[in-house]
Amino acid sequence: MTHRSKAGGRVLSVDALARVEGEGAMHVRIDGGAVTDVALRIVEPPRFFEAFLRGRAWTEPPDITARICGICPVAYQMSACAAIEDACGVSVPTEIAALRRLLYCGEWIESHALHIFFLHAPDFLGYDGAIEMARDHGDIVGRGLAIKRAGNALLTVLGGRSVHPINVRVGGFYRLPGSDELAGLRPMLLAARGAAIETVRLVAGFDFPDFTQPHEFLALRPAEGRYPLEAGSIVTSGGLAFDVSAFDTHVVEEHLERSNALHARLHGRGPYVVGPLARYSLCSDLLSPLAATAAAEAGLGVECRNPFRSIVVRAVELVEALDEAVRLIDSYAGAPAPYVEVPARAGTGYGATEAPRGLLYHRYSLDAEGRILDAKIVPPTSQNQASMEADLRAFVQARLDLDDDELTRQCEMAIRNYDPCISCATHFLDLTLERTAG
Amino acid sequence: MVDHRASLAVFKLASCDGCQLTLLNCEDELLAVAGKVRIAYFPEATRGVLRGPYDVALVEGSVTTPADAERIGEIRAQSRTLVSIGACATSGGIQALRNVGDVEEFRSIVYAHPGYIATLAHSTPVAQHVAVDFELRGCPVDKGQLLELLTSLLAGRHPRISTASVCVECKLRGTVCLPVSRGVACLGPVTQSGCSGLCPAYGRGCYGCFGPVPGANLASLAHQLAVLGLRPEDITRLLRTVNTAAPEFAAESARQEMMSR
Repeated sequence: MTHRSKAGGRVLSVDALARVEGEGAMHVRIDGGAVTDVALRIVEPPRFFEAFLRGRAWTEPPDITARICGICPVAYQMSACAAIEDACGVSVPTEIAALRRLLYCGEWIESHALHIFFLHAPDFLGYDGAIEMARDHGDIVGRGLAIKRAGNALLTVLGGRSVHPINVRVGGFYRLPGSDELAGLRPMLLAARGAAIETVRLVAGFDFPDFTQPHEFLALRPAEGRYPLEAGSIVTSGGLAFDVSAFDTHVVEEHLERSNALHARLHGRGPYVVGPLARYSLCSDLLSPLAATAAAEAGLGVECRNPFRSIVVRAVELVEALDEAVRLIDSYAGAPAPYVEVPARAGTGYGATEAPRGLLYHRYSLDAEGRILDAKIVPPTSQNQASMEADLRAFVQARLDLDDDELTRQCEMAIRNYDPCISCATHFLDLTLERTAG
Repeated sequence: MVDHRASLAVFKLASCDGCQLTLLNCEDELLAVAGKVRIAYFPEATRGVLRGPYDVALVEGSVTTPADAERIGEIRAQSRTLVSIGACATSGGIQALRNVGDVEEFRSIVYAHPGYIATLAHSTPVAQHVAVDFELRGCPVDKGQLLELLTSLLAGRHPRISTASVCVECKLRGTVCLPVSRGVACLGPVTQSGCSGLCPAYGRGCYGCFGPVPGANLASLAHQLAVLGLRPEDITRLLRTVNTAAPEFAAESARQEMMSR
């Protein structure tokens, strides 16, 4: 951290915002007691996935787009499969859909445990990171590692490995898991589920700034049954409800000079939020009884509008994902075949699923031989970027009396509320806080 | 008290974070490793930063921007041992698909205002810019190989990392050869091991995550793939994924592309 003085003002900067997936920059400018500019700069080098998908075969996006993000590759594989199967007019059997949901649970468990224990909790407990935190709170970090291990074990059995799983293909899987393999995971998942319930209690006891935001929430909501994950249509807290295929007519993306990520807004309405707060607020009635009880004990209502409490919602979703994984394993009775054929045809397909950080949208247009003519991918972090900036602006304005160190620390925390994945949105997070006297 | 433990720094260029996540995924070993080293720079894990020089630097990602081309020189200057980890850092990664495309066109396909984007025409491995002490392959790197690398560096010995082909791993694992028994296209014969023969064990052909094996005979493999019914354009695509710019893969895919025209 470096401090520099300028005549008549103060500038404070942190070279790289730590404990986020990737790197980016935040700039806050304060003139005369008012926040005059807030900008989240994402300068992660662009990697051009949408461009080099052109000309590739319709079978390739699950392997290619997984490489956008090492933390949530399954989300990319699931949205890619959904979009391509939509383009080809194929729907997968319920057994395959259930296995996809199970695989996705593994990713939610691994990703949420990483964020809660490694990236976010150190802010609340006053440490630079989880490894430093482990010296005083070995039990807490140990619990986080145990939960994460369970998620990764599930990914490894069903996906082959936890980072960039190899077992996903358009139409299903290359190989079905044996019932015994899945049953073998059960004790670990049950133990992790207990640890997740403890985690909800732990994080519910953290101190949260009194801060709520009026953002519009957006999430998938399945037509029937369960908490949103691998399927559903889109709903918002402002009352919009539309099919995934209408995403492009409701969401506009802007490219701003300061950022290598595109900013998404709801057409005619403004910024919106995806992710745990949005899912919970729009779908808390769909939680399993166990997760709903944990949420109630933690004092969460039917919706949650304090971004700092997202750590509590993430812990509740951890209970949900672990409970759902156990349920899916218990009801697994094999499948007729590992995959269904997905013959190529000309057309456009749309897919959206709930990545750990929020809705992830894919769209592909294919020619008759299955060559990709056009691809569009909208990751959660670029959808949240405008709201993150709005949060920062409101948050800093109410806390101008804090010294630079403390204000910077709290700003970082406000950014981490969103678990930004800058690899996804493209990434270099460099936080500067600039004040001029006035 | 003076801390005599070796210092470890983890840097990231253009990449997906998956290789450094592999370090955090060592749930059983992470705290033990952390006890043996001073974690001096690892932004994904901690806000704490110690000044260089660093005893060991792990670099994930490829060089794709003018700023990163400068940064890798600075990283080299402050690192006693520099190890590039993963397909991006060792061959340019999947983003090296730009190397065979038109980056200007790419920029305008993805971004409305291409002028805002600073990027180089090629995605290149770390070793193309600075001297590298060791390269760990994989997309992502293998957890076991990463731990072997760290422990060997701490012990001051050379890492024991196999450079055999995936075929050897299939034999060790008892996986029946997919191209031979089922006619499945597979890059196993030309791809370095490290994954424990993962894809063939799941019934799919190897797609080259660990890059070309030393002495890979691409011409012979391409012939065999053609016998299995792959067209030159299919072979081109198969070789152009996560290690597209690895020299042996790049040369053969260029040859196949010529044939498909």
